[in-house]
Amino acid sequence: MNIHEYQAREFFRQYGIPCAEGKVVTTVEEADQAARELGLPVVIKAQVHVGGRGKAGGVKLAKKIKEVSAYANDILGMDLKGFTVQKVLVVPAAKIKKEYYVSITHDRENEQFMFVVSKAGGVDIEEVAETTPHKIKMVTISAAEGLSDYKAREVARTLWRDGLTIRQAAGIFQGLYNMAIAQDFSLVEINPLILNREGKLEAIDGKVNVDDNALYRHPDYESIRDYTMEDPNETKADAAGLSYVALDGDIGCLVNGAGLAMATLDVVKQYGGEPANFLDIGGSSNPEKVVKALEIIMSNPKIKAILFNIFGGITRCDDVANGLVEAFKRINITVPTVVRLTGTNEVEGRKILESTNLISADNMDDAIKKVVAAAKGASA
Amino acid sequence: MSILINKDTRLIVQGITGRDGSFHAGQMKEYGTQVVAGVTPGKKGQEIHGIPVFDSVKEATRATKANASVIYVPPAFAADAILEAYAAKLKFVTCITEGLPIADMIRVRQLVKNNKKTRLLGPNCPGLITPGESKVGIMPGSICLPGRVGVVSRSGTLTYELVNALTQKGIGQSTCVGIGGDPIIGTRFVDVLKLFEEDSETDMICMVGEIGGSDEEIAAEFIKKKVSKPVFSFIAGASAPKGKRMGHAGAIISGGKGTAESKITALKEAGVKMSDTPFGIADLVAEALAAKV
Repeated sequence: MNIHEYQAREFFRQYGIPCAEGKVVTTVEEADQAARELGLPVVIKAQVHVGGRGKAGGVKLAKKIKEVSAYANDILGMDLKGFTVQKVLVVPAAKIKKEYYVSITHDRENEQFMFVVSKAGGVDIEEVAETTPHKIKMVTISAAEGLSDYKAREVARTLWRDGLTIRQAAGIFQGLYNMAIAQDFSLVEINPLILNREGKLEAIDGKVNVDDNALYRHPDYESIRDYTMEDPNETKADAAGLSYVALDGDIGCLVNGAGLAMATLDVVKQYGGEPANFLDIGGSSNPEKVVKALEIIMSNPKIKAILFNIFGGITRCDDVANGLVEAFKRINITVPTVVRLTGTNEVEGRKILESTNLISADNMDDAIKKVVAAAKGASA
Repeated sequence: MSILINKDTRLIVQGITGRDGSFHAGQMKEYGTQVVAGVTPGKKGQEIHGIPVFDSVKEATRATKANASVIYVPPAFAADAILEAYAAKLKFVTCITEGLPIADMIRVRQLVKNNKKTRLLGPNCPGLITPGESKVGIMPGSICLPGRVGVVSRSGTLTYELVNALTQKGIGQSTCVGIGGDPIIGTRFVDVLKLFEEDSETDMICMVGEIGGSDEEIAAEFIKKKVSKPVFSFIAGASAPKGKRMGHAGAIISGGKGTAESKITALKEAGVKMSDTPFGIADLVAEALAAKV
């Protein structure tokens, strides 16, 4: 789960990270009003869950009220990388002297949290990582020790030299660390963190990713989750305990297990087909789940053929077969459907499917060849 | 000899009274695993498939001389279950549970950092099988065949796909290990490769990786320097979009890192024979075996 910039900024302030308070508005009039209250100049920022908002025209500096109205009018309702902007943040413009990049995330290799910092702030960090990786520094933090004062200063010294700034920065790093742990954030990014003309550090943009596995202990996040920023099918799949990612092709794929699902997409592509989605129906599959999965797949009008690739381990083939039969009763599926069932209760599963008009496949190789051919036949 | 488990493994099932725990306790027992005890706090005295249930891992270990455990408890309690197994000084702990918060795993790994006596496999893994001797976890035993090829994978069903293909060609396995799809796991590719290299009953190794992290690249380095046995591999996720979590919490390409391309290149450089499909690895192994004769 992701949250909006304005929500991230609230967390920043809650954890003692200096960050100007702004106002979130949904109309031009409200934007004008907010700018008057906050004092000019202000920055108008589109609130959508995508990176590179500035480059895409979603962030503007307004020096006069007339400009506030004009920019708010431009940004509200605009399409930003596929999302319609419904809210803008109006915030006092900062007096930037220098920009930095600061984030906290997991260090998989060392099994710890780590800070990623750079003097190249305010730009796309992925680009910096690719073109000038030496400008990025990483510091791993021992979870046993936590972020003690000296360690926080040590992190700060990778970016600054003077004592006053280092002390300010140490507080910011401790805020970030405490926030990541207490709130189960898998990534907190301040980009940029700026040094302003008064010599103060200040966060002027932020991004937060929440660890989805930890959502159960933060029921309050439900109220800050913006479902309009998520793919409706991914949300629906999530609620049904399925893992779904939309892709561009025309072959609907329904697989048990994430690894097998990924490999299925790879092989579909190799054999000249284009997968429409990643969908893992997970373990302990029940018929209800299969029905939901099919509903999600069939809501995509591009679908020309469907592939079921099921290797039963914890998932039982007879459960899947029952689910298929039930689903085909409930939804009108007009595209060719190839089914591969192997594993636990395979014989029972195949027997259940005998009475249907599904195309049966002997193994993964056979199934993918058949579904790619079926999709091509349908498009011809 | 095989690796990690064999016929002498004496197993405790943590969470044995739950739906998955009880189902798989029965499956493991049927396969021939010595399932000596189950644990669910507050359910002492019950029996599941004839297996006695205890209140704590320590108590179960003392009563049954168990040396390993497998965990099927819900994610909110899994970190605690792992710590309990460590506290009982079991040699080998497998955590099947999917969905542990990453902060919990960081905490667990820190707490047991200096513990070299207990090995953790998982979480979010299918477990492992030493065909004909013992199985721990959820892999279907029917697809395995005793033999001399070691299998290690981050994914469950992808392991089954490969093992099934091997078995259909009459190629048996020494041990099949699923290490799990989470970003932070107890046993990594390198650890299993080392065990297979040292195992006198393993001749060849199949390794199935996937996008995300850099464990495959680290494994490639290790193979180059320390592995003398032939290694065959497939990497899943070549067609995955960047920045999207592909089912497994750990399967995500971020910051340009963790791509299939980078892993395939590293493994090829280490002399690993790569397959374009998971089942295709079996063909490569068959060819290598034919050439050997």
